[in-house]
Amino acid sequence: MFKSIMKFIYHFASPKHFYRLSGKLIPWFAWLAALLLIAGSIDGLFIAPVDYQQGDSYRIIFVHVPAAWMSMFIYMVMATSGAIGLIWKIKLADVIASSSAPIGAAFTFLALVTGSIWGKPMWGAWWVWDARLTAELILLFLYLGFMALEAAIEDPRAAARACAILAIVGVINIPIIHYSVEWWNTLHQGATVTKFDKPSIHISMLIPLLLMALGFKLYYVAVVLVRARNKVLYTDQNSGWVKELIKSKNEQFTSI
Amino acid sequence: MLEMLQMGKYGAYVWSSYGLALIVMGYVAFKPLMDKKSIFKELAMKYRREAHQSTIKEQK
Amino acid sequence: MIKRDLRIAFRHKSEILNPLFFFIIVVTLFPLGISPEKVLLAQIGPGIIWVAALLAAMLSLDSLFRSDFEDGTLELMLLSEYPLSILVLAKIVVHWLITGLPIIIFSPLLGTVMFLSNDAIETLMITLLLGTPILSLIGAIGMALVVALKRGGMLLSLLVLPLYIPVLIFSSNAVGSSMAGLSISGQLYFLSAFMLFCLTLAPIATSAALRVSLE
Repeated sequence: MFKSIMKFIYHFASPKHFYRLSGKLIPWFAWLAALLLIAGSIDGLFIAPVDYQQGDSYRIIFVHVPAAWMSMFIYMVMATSGAIGLIWKIKLADVIASSSAPIGAAFTFLALVTGSIWGKPMWGAWWVWDARLTAELILLFLYLGFMALEAAIEDPRAAARACAILAIVGVINIPIIHYSVEWWNTLHQGATVTKFDKPSIHISMLIPLLLMALGFKLYYVAVVLVRARNKVLYTDQNSGWVKELIKSKNEQFTSI
Repeated sequence: MLEMLQMGKYGAYVWSSYGLALIVMGYVAFKPLMDKKSIFKELAMKYRREAHQSTIKEQK
Repeated sequence: MIKRDLRIAFRHKSEILNPLFFFIIVVTLFPLGISPEKVLLAQIGPGIIWVAALLAAMLSLDSLFRSDFEDGTLELMLLSEYPLSILVLAKIVVHWLITGLPIIIFSPLLGTVMFLSNDAIETLMITLLLGTPILSLIGAIGMALVVALKRGGMLLSLLVLPLYIPVLIFSSNAVGSSMAGLSISGQLYFLSAFMLFCLTLAPIATSAALRVSLE
């Protein structure tokens, strides 16, 4: 049983099969993501009721919170696939880690900026140095450090391994981000969704939040697969399957 | 309709957040698609060059 | 190993003195540049001293592996029969002795210059005692990642600073709190825990990074 799972993984970890399988999957993820994001946005912007404390400004939550969740989720994927690449030396794992970094950085940036935009009407300040915000900022630096380190090392395999070490070391930041609102009395709001008893958020606001969160996740999967396919094509450019693929694509066009 | 756009008095904040998200996520999604096209072009040229060079070698 | 590195370090006195002078000079720049007013300096003093310690530690990291890398002894270390983590730990200890320890020793002087109370100076020394090893340990990971690169300096700062920030926050917060007479046990617990955590794990990460850099 275990052997057949490993065979399955190794089969699709081969660049050629990964390329084919992901090519079929991407449109599904992409369209589904678009659907969820549009539905979630419309729900969040127009249908969900006005908050009695914050008025309409709270609607930023439907972008800010999912973006923050993604920033942490993608980092864990990055660190985990980096670890897998380091331990089992599966090249595809390295590719996934490297492809995820810019996406994660973008979400972290979005979380920080939308949080700042929301903070202005809510707290009266564009930025406060409270624990959660600072930890999220550190997360952005970790992503940027990952990308810079990868760019600085010439050998792709050594770069992947060095970045994996960096990502693993930085994992400690994630629980800090998550639990900072519990450990310290900070300005940032405490947990309302991930508590284990009933979440203390009204269902009409929870639904658009979850729609957006799921939409963001599917978006991430689609985009990381597109990026990974590109990397796989480029690094395997001298292999037979890539040459065949490019040539067959070119025959569809009589002039280039 | 106007009231919807204004969002109480928070219109600027809410719409700029969503707009920024749209722009960033759109860029992040579409850049790799553009990259894929240029990779295909680049590799096609490279293979043609290599095929050309090897036919020259054969002729010698 | 430690003895050898110490002997080498004392031959290059500048390795010890440069970071120390940098630390002292940076701290003294602030009263000159901002304002010599007593109340203001006492308020920003802890942060400034700690930031200066951070920067001095970062600058001194280059000495950690660079010369061994260049003359090939680093590769020999990788091949030796001793576990690499232990050798790395030895080098980090030496690094701390020549950079962190002088900073700790001179901190009361600088604390007085910044008009910190005696309680605050005592807290400052404790946080430096707990914190500077953390700086050396984390810095070693970063240095190991970039040692093989030609222009690793800037990148090193980018990699290491995100991990230094919590140390900075807790330490200067502790010193500020002790000036206000508040309890600092929470901050000290965190710093001790973090220090022990790094002490056990950083050498392993550093060894892994060295193997990657030297392959």
